[in-house]
Amino acid sequence: MSGLNVVVVDYDAGNTLSVTRALEKVGARVDLTPDPERVAAADAVVLPGVGAFGDCMRKLEERGMDAACRETYRSGKPFLGVCVALQVFFERSEESPGVDGLGIFPGTVVRFKGGGLKVPHMGWNQLDLVREHPVLDGLDGEAFYFVHSYYPEPEEPADVLGTADYGIRFCAAAGRENLAAVQFHPEKSSRAGLRLYESFLTWARGL
Amino acid sequence: MGLCVRIIPCLDVAAGRVVKGTKFKDLRDAGDPVELAALYDREGADEVVFYDITASHERRDTAVELARRTAEEVFIPYTIGGGVRTADDMRAMLRAGADKVSINSAAVQDPDLINAGAERFGSQCVVLSVDVKRREGGTGWEVYLNGGRVNTGIDAIGWLVEGEKRGAGEFVLNSMDADGTEKGYDLALISTVAEKTTLPIIASGGAGGPEHMVRAVEAGAGAVLAASIFHFGEWSIAAVKEHMLGAGIPVR
Repeated sequence: MSGLNVVVVDYDAGNTLSVTRALEKVGARVDLTPDPERVAAADAVVLPGVGAFGDCMRKLEERGMDAACRETYRSGKPFLGVCVALQVFFERSEESPGVDGLGIFPGTVVRFKGGGLKVPHMGWNQLDLVREHPVLDGLDGEAFYFVHSYYPEPEEPADVLGTADYGIRFCAAAGRENLAAVQFHPEKSSRAGLRLYESFLTWARGL
Repeated sequence: MGLCVRIIPCLDVAAGRVVKGTKFKDLRDAGDPVELAALYDREGADEVVFYDITASHERRDTAVELARRTAEEVFIPYTIGGGVRTADDMRAMLRAGADKVSINSAAVQDPDLINAGAERFGSQCVVLSVDVKRREGGTGWEVYLNGGRVNTGIDAIGWLVEGEKRGAGEFVLNSMDADGTEKGYDLALISTVAEKTTLPIIASGGAGGPEHMVRAVEAGAGAVLAASIFHFGEWSIAAVKEHMLGAGIPVR
């Protein structure tokens, strides 16, 4: 496969290993690193994430990765966020009041509420595309694996790439310029998820 | 569409090989666990559960290596059970790539293990699994330990209600009465637990075919687990899903 240098940001997020394995499975050479300078040297960057919004931001900040993430977005490099990483690209979350997110997407992350709804939303659910995106090519209507209690409410409708239905219709994928992020776990979503990572690599080669 | 019902092949593992006993005895060899799990991933399984059935009474901790090997080949969520005594055991398995850890005997002996796991890793990682049998000459079910060898006399429903309060994320209800019979899940058990708790229920023990799975879902299960019918080729994952879809149950 190509010599594309794909960095997976290692900041003690729980799903780092499985994200790395999935990228390797589709042919990527992965540099798993906690070093912001190596993020700066990457051709493409993947930010994994599980856990709470506030924890995630604190771990990024401790490593200087918050600045590296903003710089990655500004640089125009292909940038993919997974699960809580989607959420931290927004401005704030009900989960961690007072904590600033990376703020690339305007909007707030809110908790699922409503009668009879089991939280977390855990399991396979269908992604419905709102607009085409190279990373989500051919994946309209496919099921992906979700585990989360919060979801983003984007203020800018154009940022929404895809939605899923769990009591309400929520934003399951968002994107702007060189940044794409998904609430589900492609690395746990079998063939459809591997296809997403493969499409990310294809997109990265073209950008 | 909303959330899909999950179809979960269960791989009992002993000495690094998949086995499935009838009523926990008469083990038969059904192959390499990682290869088999990768095959189920390709065939459309929604998750895989591994139980190291020798771990609990021998107190071995071999499951971490299995978790690590699985991470390289399997791209659906997987749960590891057996050999989990402490929150550090759980951490080791999660860091090796497991998505969830299933605790059974260890949680009965040390219920704080549920709280510790939920606080450190999140409830979604903590699967509370119970081996239960109908109470002889009475009503309800009792909790058994160590793969069904020891009757605790503990009321199963009460234990599960406590497990939910302590932070478990979902339940595996393994009926020892139904296990290995292929005559269907214990539906009364499922519906009773569904009534008394709010967590997702994984039905286990007794699956003989998709019709049993449909009934388990109707009784309140959000996922169905089976071993023999998949391992020995009686039913493919795809055939089971087709049947369930025909019965109006959302599947992937």
